[in-house]
Amino acid sequence: MIALTGKNQSYVLVLYGLCFPLIHVAHAQFILKMAAVQGGMGDADIKTDIKTEPSADGFGNNNANDGRVLSASPGSSSSTGSNKQTAAVTPEDQQTLLAVLQFLKKNKLSESVEILRREAGLPENSLDPKANESAGAGSGGAAGIVDLEGGDASSLLSRVTGSSSAGAQAPTKGTFICGGKKDQPDVSVVLSAYSQQGDPTLYKVYYRDLKKFIETVLDCHRAELSQVFYPLFVHMYLELVYNNHESEAKAFFEKFSGDQECYYEEDLRILSGLTKKEHMRGNETLLDFRTSKFVLRISRDSYQLLKRHLQERQNNQIWNIIQEHLYIDIFDGMPRSKSQIDAMSGSLAGEAKREANKTKVYYGLLKEPEIELPLDDEDEEAENEEGKPKKKKPKKDSVGSKSKKQDPNAPSQNRIPLPELKDSDKLDKIMYMKEATKRIRLGPDNLPSVCFYTFLNAYQGLTAVDLTDDSSLIAGGFADSTVRVWSVTPKKLRKVKSAADLNLIDKESDDVLERIMDEKTASESKIMYGHSGPVYGISFSPDRNYLLSSSEDGTVRLWSLLTFTCLVAYKGHNYPVWDTQFSPYGYYFVSGGHDRVARLWATDHYQPLRIFSGHLADITCTRFHPNSNYVATGSSDRTIRLWDVLSGNCVRIFTGHKGPIHSLAFSPNGKFLASGATDGRVLLWDIGHGLMVGELKGHTDTIYSLRFSRDGEILASGSMDNTVRLWDAMKAFDDLETDDFTAATGHIHLQDNSQELLLGTYTTKSTPVIHLHFTRRNLLLAAGAFNP
Amino acid sequence: EISSHSRFDPCHLNGSHDGILCFSSKCDLDFVCVSTRGYIYRPVCFLVSAMAEERRQKHCSVVLPTESMKAMAESVGVGQLQEDSCVALSEEVSYRIKEIAQDALKFMHHGKRRKLTTSDIDNALKLKNVEPLYGFQSQEFIPFRFASGGGRELHFYEEKEVDLSDIINTPLPRVPLDVSLKAHWLSIEGMQPAIPENPPPATKEQQKAESTEPLKVVKPGQEEEGTIQGKSQGTTTPDGKGKEKGLIRLKPRSTHELSVEQQLYYKEITEACVGSCEAKRAEALQSIATDPGLYQMLPRFSTFISEGVRVNVVQNNLALLIYLMRMVKALMDNPTLYLEKYLHELIPAVVTCIVSKQLCLRPDVDNHWALRDFAARLMAQSCKTFSTTTNNIQSRITKTFTKSWLDDKTQWTTRYGCIAGLAELGSDVIKTLIIPRLAVEGARIKAVMEGPVVSNIDKIGAEHVQSLLLKHCASVIAKLRPQPDNVDQYRTDYGYLGPMLCSHVMKARTQAALQAQQVNRTTLTITQPRPTLSVSQSGLSGSSGPRTPSIIKVPSSLTLMSPRPGTPSQPSPPATKYIVMATSAGAASTQQVILFFTTTPGNLSSQSASPVTSTVPSATSTLQPLVKLESGSGAGLTASRPLQKYIVVSLPSSASSSLETKSSVLPTSISSSSLDGGMKLERSESPGASTQSPH
Repeated sequence: MIALTGKNQSYVLVLYGLCFPLIHVAHAQFILKMAAVQGGMGDADIKTDIKTEPSADGFGNNNANDGRVLSASPGSSSSTGSNKQTAAVTPEDQQTLLAVLQFLKKNKLSESVEILRREAGLPENSLDPKANESAGAGSGGAAGIVDLEGGDASSLLSRVTGSSSAGAQAPTKGTFICGGKKDQPDVSVVLSAYSQQGDPTLYKVYYRDLKKFIETVLDCHRAELSQVFYPLFVHMYLELVYNNHESEAKAFFEKFSGDQECYYEEDLRILSGLTKKEHMRGNETLLDFRTSKFVLRISRDSYQLLKRHLQERQNNQIWNIIQEHLYIDIFDGMPRSKSQIDAMSGSLAGEAKREANKTKVYYGLLKEPEIELPLDDEDEEAENEEGKPKKKKPKKDSVGSKSKKQDPNAPSQNRIPLPELKDSDKLDKIMYMKEATKRIRLGPDNLPSVCFYTFLNAYQGLTAVDLTDDSSLIAGGFADSTVRVWSVTPKKLRKVKSAADLNLIDKESDDVLERIMDEKTASESKIMYGHSGPVYGISFSPDRNYLLSSSEDGTVRLWSLLTFTCLVAYKGHNYPVWDTQFSPYGYYFVSGGHDRVARLWATDHYQPLRIFSGHLADITCTRFHPNSNYVATGSSDRTIRLWDVLSGNCVRIFTGHKGPIHSLAFSPNGKFLASGATDGRVLLWDIGHGLMVGELKGHTDTIYSLRFSRDGEILASGSMDNTVRLWDAMKAFDDLETDDFTAATGHIHLQDNSQELLLGTYTTKSTPVIHLHFTRRNLLLAAGAFNP
Repeated sequence: EISSHSRFDPCHLNGSHDGILCFSSKCDLDFVCVSTRGYIYRPVCFLVSAMAEERRQKHCSVVLPTESMKAMAESVGVGQLQEDSCVALSEEVSYRIKEIAQDALKFMHHGKRRKLTTSDIDNALKLKNVEPLYGFQSQEFIPFRFASGGGRELHFYEEKEVDLSDIINTPLPRVPLDVSLKAHWLSIEGMQPAIPENPPPATKEQQKAESTEPLKVVKPGQEEEGTIQGKSQGTTTPDGKGKEKGLIRLKPRSTHELSVEQQLYYKEITEACVGSCEAKRAEALQSIATDPGLYQMLPRFSTFISEGVRVNVVQNNLALLIYLMRMVKALMDNPTLYLEKYLHELIPAVVTCIVSKQLCLRPDVDNHWALRDFAARLMAQSCKTFSTTTNNIQSRITKTFTKSWLDDKTQWTTRYGCIAGLAELGSDVIKTLIIPRLAVEGARIKAVMEGPVVSNIDKIGAEHVQSLLLKHCASVIAKLRPQPDNVDQYRTDYGYLGPMLCSHVMKARTQAALQAQQVNRTTLTITQPRPTLSVSQSGLSGSSGPRTPSIIKVPSSLTLMSPRPGTPSQPSPPATKYIVMATSAGAASTQQVILFFTTTPGNLSSQSASPVTSTVPSATSTLQPLVKLESGSGAGLTASRPLQKYIVVSLPSSASSSLETKSSVLPTSISSSSLDGGMKLERSESPGASTQSPH
């Protein structure tokens, strides 16, 4: 109980800290949602804490709004439907903002109110009841849908909710929200959408009718219409459960659960456990089903067919569900085939809407900073020493010319403020370029060698591994909360001398950096203690001075690799943090965890700069785009989202995985993304077009690591099935058919050529592969713990 | 309205321990905490198994039985819990447990493990704001036991009483090794080097497929993951990968080039196997039995054995024959090897050791019988493993044995071998082939025993055959014939052997009854593979008088070879210990080497957990009859307990001077259980009878 309250307060604290620039509406909305969910699960006295807040109203309102928009769209033509959709966004957001403001005001967080209002561009008096009315009316008028009339914001919101919901239930809902003091407002609002009464025994009949109908339609439509089965099944089942028809629900489940696609098995299992109305409260899966509309893409012809059928049959029950809980994305053109549909489906909330992937993404790389080259001599010398003097020159030019040309797809250099290069960074860049000239060109005929780092005696406790870019250090996160760092070069790890000793050294000397190190502490590995739970994510900073680790204890910690001590513990997630990663330019880092949000941090801020919310389940992995302007997150909801660091918006949603995603990798040119999941498949995505472009089948267990070679020719994947596999990435991307039609509709034809693309499979004895890394010369390093 | 949180201790899948379930009813907000050591397991086991089943079947909602609720309520003094409350509680609890299990799985995935541990469940509880249970570390095994009675069935966790002084006196366990990092080449430019750190190039399945279906063309696209592919990928890549599709792949010619390391290894191993140092031999055999990379050397080993037997049979070198048979045994025990392709060399060698007329220089004193027994057991094992409808090994072997047994001119030694070979094939063979001939055989034995003394050798032979027949037939007859056992009846049925058979059968019956009780108690127990060998005993029947069993503590300080850390390079079982023990066996004291390896499941190579009824033969050295150690509680159980294996091998005794200088070794084995902590050891005083199978 105490812990619960604590958590709620911490959310409030997060709210309090809204002083970061540009909070996106969704963030706040999400935070409120979380708070509400927490409240719903807790006991009465906590609930009152939150329940009195209008936050709940904002939430409910949001839903109602969605519902209305949708109920309008299916009937009309698709273009108008989408118009309304876009138009409706403004008032919806605004209302949410109002709710947030209201919430803040009630908690006397006037400063935050100010900031938020300024950021959102709301007029000064927007919280004043009357002004609010006018503002609301104004926005409502613009949208042409929302009618706002109430005086107080909260009652205003409830009015909207009430009017849009089914007639019979409106009064009860209204009291819930207006009263605000009653038990469980938000969750029950969510749930009450299920309270339509229909004859429970008829559900089976309805479903069977529809099934029969779909089975008899033309082949070309069948696959498309079959998509309806799963969401319909789920919602009908939940309706039955909600209305306390337990036995009917069970019978319904048993009868039709077998018909569902096999990749929904996990969800069905969760669903099967849920047989009571009480269980629905606080059940995350359920909230997901309800709060996020299941998105289906259906061609116009198929949709008309379905609609006509349902209207003829007067099958209102199903029609209502389709209108209220599904979002049908109608497109003109040929219906899709079964394989096309299967490739894209599988996520918790259906496919991504096509609009979701239309935003322009600047996937190009940033221009490399020009480094004045005093290195030329050194370089030459170094080369000469190794007896390969000639090789460097042509390469050098190519590198130089590449960096001069501005990629049209690249973001502007200062779109995201990046840290300035330090001298040491420049030195490292020079090293990097030197190494790059010695890089092996990989290809199908020239496979990389794989060096495997096995962690011995880890007793099943190795949970995360990372290597520095120059492959000199390897770090492991362990289940016993420790973080260990090894040096894999002969150079040992040394701490900085103590303050007293530092005073003694000559600061003017040239080798001062060497002198500050304490020789006595030299050792091959160091252990760092600080976390209080298993360490699930670990990441080196590009300059090798810091190490990040994220843990079950809800914190992300920043460690200094000079003193081997913890510098900062970034708190905010409160729940296990599954992954964290430094930006390729340092300074920023991203973390994601069980609380379903990813956070962007800067090392010198103890609060996040951005909160990316939108995933419907745990965020399992996070990756920075090579240009540092975007962040990709993979989640247990089986989607991958790409977020714009600048705006905090979600700019891409990729669906198609059939299991939680556990690994992500950007291609070095920034154009493509590879993702691996528990289903053992690697999917390849074209970021610019927002399309799936490839599927690599072969692994038999969760893929925990993916990495492109330095030039992007080879994709390496490492898995729980104890294998490292190499794939021909060049070929996979070359074969792309990116004609306009595909790009426009997002219908992909995947060829099943995994076997051709697979270049090699290397089995370890009994070591799951949990990390892969290409050295600067394209040697593949793999790591994992021996698991006897 | 009753809500309940279930707090159960993590004992899903592999965790175990104490469980606490507390359920609170909203009415009075009283927390009833139940420490239900026994009861919780039933529900959890039930749920877990049910959920596992659920995977395969459709999704049916599995709910804890209401009896569990009742039982738990009773255990905290809540008497009459109403049926409705039970139902409500069980549904609620099942739901919560499932929820927690689902969350726990998340932690398992992120922990990059395949096994759910107790800490995962603790973490899942933490997510739900339930205080986790502290103080329970995950163990590898759940020693659940099952009991039923009074219409109730229970899974419970048996808590053994621990003698504190034992704990105090045992030396501290070694500190676990620290995490360390080791690098090796997984692949060099696309080729996987054959080094110990990498898995063997061909898995057993592949070997099997290759030998059983040599003509099966591996179609591209159908190839399973695995190293064959990796290899082919590596070799074919230079020719261009894309063209491979569509080509029919020919069966790859297997080359058997051995690397220098392999050649060295082969030399070392073969030398150690037939050399004079028993410790080295044990190590070598251990290596053969466990190392996963011997596939390429198999043809060499096979030839070595078959040639070795050919030569040594002629020279009557008993010791070497024993060593070679032990090598066969080790090869068969290796879970990564599939011997089918080499049976044409191995079977003749083994059969030779069973039926050869003479195996040693002095047939009257040397215990070649043990070798025959051991080889017969090997034969039976290979029949079981490799006999198929196409190669008909079993029927061919049976025919061979029967034919020479039926021959009147066959010598006693061969006769013994034939019978042993047949008897080991199982009770069906005994029933159909041996028992009908008991009368005839009896007459023959009688002729030797009671007739004019022909030769001492014949007499010894006849004695052995007699005891062999009695041993094997008694248990079978005990099952066949209804009680009571009438001596006269037996005499009419089985002739000369009848009366002796009768007494043996009666003994077998009482033993079976004894075992039945034990079986009743323990069959369903999942044992923890804790090496609890504490009693060992050696008797030298050559020296005088029975000796009382001496209890030998197993001091770990005597470890000759330290258990290897579980490195990938040394995949042998982690806890191998060779312990030298001295027994006070009078003047002719024998030294013994005990090696016990606990093969923990999940251990690298021993996944197959070969049923270790490992009975290494006991061959006598020249003079000394045998050390015989037999487990007291064993018969039917040994096979079901694959986790332990004790082999007791005695070192050359200082006193035993033998003609064969190298072979004064008395290998004996006990296959034992440690179910009840200690072990009963029975000493057989019958001279000459070297080993007795528990059957």
